[in-house]
This record gives sequence, structure tokens and C-alpha cells, in this order.
Amino acid sequence: MIRKPLRPLAQVLDARTRGEDPDRIEAENIQERHDAMRDRFRLRAEGRLLFLAFAFCAAFLTIGARMVVLAGADPAEPRRFVGATQIQSQRADILDRNGRLLATNHTTSALYSHPRELIDPARTARELARIFPDLDEAQLLRQLTGKASFVWLRRRLSPEQVQMVHDIGEPGLYFGPREMRLYPNGRLAAHVLGGARFGDEGVHSAEVIGTAGVELALDQRLRDPQRLDTPVELSLDLTVQAVVAEVLDAGMKMLGAKGAAAIIMDAHSGEIISMVSLPDFDPNDRPRPPVSGDPGDSPIFNRALQGVYELGSVMKVFPVAQALELGLVMPETMVNSSSPMQLGKHRIRDFRNYGPQLSVSDVVVKSSNVGTVRINNMVGTTHQQAFLQELGFFDAVPVELAEAPRARPLLPRRWSDIHAATISYGHGISVSPLHLAQGYAALVNGGTKVTPSLLKGGNPQRGAQVISPQTSALMREMLRKTVTEGTAKMADIPGYFVAGKTGTADKMKPTGGYYKDKVMANFAGTFPVTDPRYVIVVSLDEPSETSGTEVRRTAGWTAVPVTAEIIRRAAPLMGLVPALETPRLSGLTRVGN
Amino acid sequence: MRPLFVILAFLTVLASGFWAYKENYATKQTLHEASALNREILRLREAIAVQRAEWAYLNRPDRLAELVEANFDRLGLLPMQPNQFAPLATLPERPPELPEISDTYSLKAQPDAEDAP
Repeated sequence: MIRKPLRPLAQVLDARTRGEDPDRIEAENIQERHDAMRDRFRLRAEGRLLFLAFAFCAAFLTIGARMVVLAGADPAEPRRFVGATQIQSQRADILDRNGRLLATNHTTSALYSHPRELIDPARTARELARIFPDLDEAQLLRQLTGKASFVWLRRRLSPEQVQMVHDIGEPGLYFGPREMRLYPNGRLAAHVLGGARFGDEGVHSAEVIGTAGVELALDQRLRDPQRLDTPVELSLDLTVQAVVAEVLDAGMKMLGAKGAAAIIMDAHSGEIISMVSLPDFDPNDRPRPPVSGDPGDSPIFNRALQGVYELGSVMKVFPVAQALELGLVMPETMVNSSSPMQLGKHRIRDFRNYGPQLSVSDVVVKSSNVGTVRINNMVGTTHQQAFLQELGFFDAVPVELAEAPRARPLLPRRWSDIHAATISYGHGISVSPLHLAQGYAALVNGGTKVTPSLLKGGNPQRGAQVISPQTSALMREMLRKTVTEGTAKMADIPGYFVAGKTGTADKMKPTGGYYKDKVMANFAGTFPVTDPRYVIVVSLDEPSETSGTEVRRTAGWTAVPVTAEIIRRAAPLMGLVPALETPRLSGLTRVGN
Repeated sequence: MRPLFVILAFLTVLASGFWAYKENYATKQTLHEASALNREILRLREAIAVQRAEWAYLNRPDRLAELVEANFDRLGLLPMQPNQFAPLATLPERPPELPEISDTYSLKAQPDAEDAP
């Protein structure tokens, strides 16, 4: 741009010739230039103002619009990351030792109603009664037309039922999510698992809490939010459990027994491989405890754990083991066994008379009450008590079952001589089959105390040495002899070297005294005796064997054949290969005289 | 020089605004996809849990025993017995190789009678 000069020479000369002041020209020009500048600056300022105004308007409009949007939108939490989601189940699964499912969770729905939102209560009641036959239509109608604004209708619905309720098309019916405990194996291991029920219930969820068995005993662990994804592994073997239950059930029915229990336990780690109590129940639909009658006859009663009975001759091995341990006798030592034996004003007699003398070994093999009492007298009451206490017969078994702490043995209040005598052969002391398994395990495994456990891996144990390994070996030999030539001949299964002791105890009348024709038949033993892996206890309540001319109730005819069949079927499943040659039993060198 | 700088700065603002806008929507989209995937995972996990329960239910020993019994004529399965264990030494020798099965039957390809199992 060519700027216009302030003093153009031509005009200045013109002005001079005319005699005018040339400075005015300059002044005019300056004025003109200033005007132009002023106009330009004003225009620019106006533009800026306009721009600013526009910018502010835009900003305020944006903020305003945003506020309107925020006010109208549903609140949502801003998310900066997406975490890994887990199923929020409430209870951890329970598995058996091989990882097979014993208990898991299942999502279902619960049905409730807001009666005030119902359009046609009469039709709803009719349709619901059609879907759920156990609901009473008249009562339902009364509930739905009553004053209540909220009615629970059903706790658990199957998917089909949910669909059918949807099909009613009634807006006043609502579903709430429910998580229920599922036991896919039904009755199997029912007493171990126990059962679960709903605790605090809300519309959106309900607490699931254990009612019995491991579900209650391990309730804290199963509901621990940190460990919901880690299942609890039990020591049970589902396959063995099924076989034991099947055989025991068949035996119980064949022998007309009203109940039965069986335990297979690892003799070293105390892991319970199988625990069966019959009759049983379905933990998916656990029956209520009976309000009348003997609680011991209820299916929810765990005979293997809670059934404290006088177990009879199976207990004889304990005084014998103690006498051996104290060095009072050797297996060949002869003891007086003439029956009956007079003890104060009581008489102790044997099942039949075994002659005037029996060796200690034969006292066990032939199961002589008199012989046992004589041996026990050598041991003495104080020692007897201490030994039984050490083996765990005075306390509840600390197994992971809710019923365990209450299943305490019944002991005499005063431990008089006659009590000491009867307890030596298993009367006057009531213990459970699990106690017996615990005691036998210590006796045969080399003499270390074993604490039963239902958890895989067992309790980490190398328990106290109760008896010496030598005594344990002698006991194994005696128990083996009982099977090969004594009262438990039917338990001799080729290849498995079963060893054990029978026991037949007359049942006590509730009024006092004993029944003549009702017994508890028991067998406790171990296999293979060469290197005891498992301890087995079988107990039958009121069995009778009627194939012969006379009714036979002794354990040798009832509990023993059932045990034999259990071992025959279960041992291969536990991976025990039958041995082919007869092994040498005792590691000791015999010295005869 | 200055106008160039202003224009450049303006363009940068524009570009970064555009970039931020795009990123914002891409993030939202990814979050959306991730939560959809999570829902899918949850659904599948639940389905797996149901399948596991179903599997355990269908494989419960009672049912298997019933099925084995019902299909005895086809399966011929019996409970495992101790005498079914055998030491390795008593096992028979491995049978000789069978001739290969061929589609075309020819007399020449027939193995000698002695070799045939």
C-alpha cells in the first residue's frame, strides 16, 4: 500500500502560490489518516467483541446443554477399566478325593407376588394351583386378595415352572434369583454331606447355610469369600462309597437288620475313604429331625458317628494289646478260662465253654470273655483307663462333622471292678464305630495314634506312639488268626489277608437289662494285614441269619460275610492288588520253650 | 511468521480435539465390548457349572450301575473282582501282526497259511 504523503509537494507549492498556509494541508492529511486508522481499529475491536461474545455464548450454551443432559440421564458410575468377573456363588463346591463333584450350587428362581398389582387374582390362583399341585387354590386366593402387599409363593422353581408362570402373564408375579445347594449323587454320602438350607431371605438373594455334616462343620470355610473358587476336597472316594453302600444295603436287607454302618479308613493318615450309615436320606431334601420316637431310628442319624453302642468282643483286643505292651503276657501264655467266672456277686460266662485254659492268642481267636477279664485283671483298672483314654475312647472324635462334638462315648460313672471287667470285653462302655476304627488303626499301623479326618490328606499326623511296633505286629498276627481259624472265617478273602475281630453285643433295653434276641453285630479289622493300609468297621443293628435251622445272630454269621463282600468289591477299586503268595506275618523271631 | 504460527496452533488444537473425540468413542466402544464379553464369560461359566452338575448327576454311581445292569447283554460288565488282577508274567505273548486290510482282493497278496493268525 502506498501511503499518501502528508505534505504532497504539488499541493504545498499550490498553496504557497495562493498564499495559504501549507501546514493546514498537512494537518488535514493527518486528520484524514487518523480517521481512517480509527475506523479500522473500531472495526477490529467490534469484530473481537463479537467473537468473544460468540465464544462465551457457545461456552455457556455447551455447559447449559450438558447440564440438561446430565439432569435428564440415568446416573452411571464412570468406568476406567473392566475387571475380570467371577460368578458370585455363595458356597464353595465339595469334591471327593478324585475330584468328583459331591456338592455344588445351582441358580434357580423364587416366586413372590405383589397382590396389589395383580389384575385377576382369581385366575392367578387357579393357574398357580394348576402349575404347583401342592398349593391350595382357595388358600392361595385368600392370600392374594388379602391385605398383604407382599406374598412369598415358592422357594425354588424349575426352569419349566418359571416358563409356565411367565405364561400366566400376570404383572403382579415376580421372580427373585436364588442359589440352591445341589447334591448330584443323591443319597450317597448323605450323612457326611449333611445338607443346606436358606438362611436370611431377601427378594434379590438368600443366604445358603449348612444344616449338618461337613456343610455345617465347614460352614465358615465354604462361605469364605476369599476361597469360594477353591473347592473343598474330602477324603471320601465316591466309587468306594457307592460300593460299600450297595453291599451294606443288600446285607442289611438280607439279614433283616434295621440299620447298618460301615467305615473304611486309611490306617496311617486317618483319611476316611468311606462312611456309610443306613437307612439314609436325600440331602437335596433333608428330612426334619423326628419329634417323637428314638432319634437313633431316624434316617438322618449317622450311625457310624453318632451311634454309640456297646460294641462287644471287638473291644477285647485292647486289654490284650495292653497286657502284651506291659510285658505281662506273651501270645503263648496260658490263662485260666474256665467258664463261668465268679466276680463278686456277678458271673461272667463265655458263649460256650472253651475248657480250663486258653493261650492269650486263643482268647482273642475264640473270643473268650473269661480269658479277657483275667488278662485285664493283670493290667489293672488304672492302666486300662489310661490306655482307653489314650486311644480316644473317652472323648468325641474330632472329625469334620457337625455332629461329632456331641457324639460322646458313654462311660460308667464309677469305674468299679465289675465295670473294668465288662468293659474289657466291650460291655458297659458305649462307643461309636468311628471310635473303634480310630482305636484299631492305632493298634495295627505300628502303634501310632490316628485322628480320623474327612479332608483329603487327612490331619498331618504321626501321632503319639500308643503301643510299640512289636506289640502291633503281635496284634496283627492274632487278628489274622481270628480270621483264618477263629470267629471270622468268612472274612478270609484270598489275596487280601484280612485280619479282624468280631463282636456281638446284646442290645440294652431302654428299661434296663438286655434283650435276648436283639444284638449289635460288629466286625473291626484291617487289610492287608501284611502292611495295613485300611481299617474297616462294619456294624449291623439287629441282624439275624435265618438260612439254617436255627436263627443265628452272631457277628461271624452276619457282620463278617458283609465285611468280606465289601472288601472283595472295594479293595480292587482302591487299587489294592491281591497278593499271590502267603507272606510271613511277624517280623519277630519266635523263641519257644 | 506470526499468522503461520497461529494457523498451525489452531490446526493442532483442531487435530488434537478430533483425536480426543475419536479416542473417547473408541474407549467407550471397547468398554462396551469388554463388558459384553464379560457377560458372555459369566454366562458361559454359569453354563459350565450347570453342565458340571449335570455331568455329575448323570454319572452318579447309582445310575451307572442301573445302566450297566440294563445293558448287560450288550456290555457284559460285572463288578470288579480281586481275581481279575493278573501278574505281568501270566499275560499271553503279543499276537503276531495281522495282514493289512486291502480293498482289492487278490490271491497273490494272500499270506501263507502259516503266517495267518
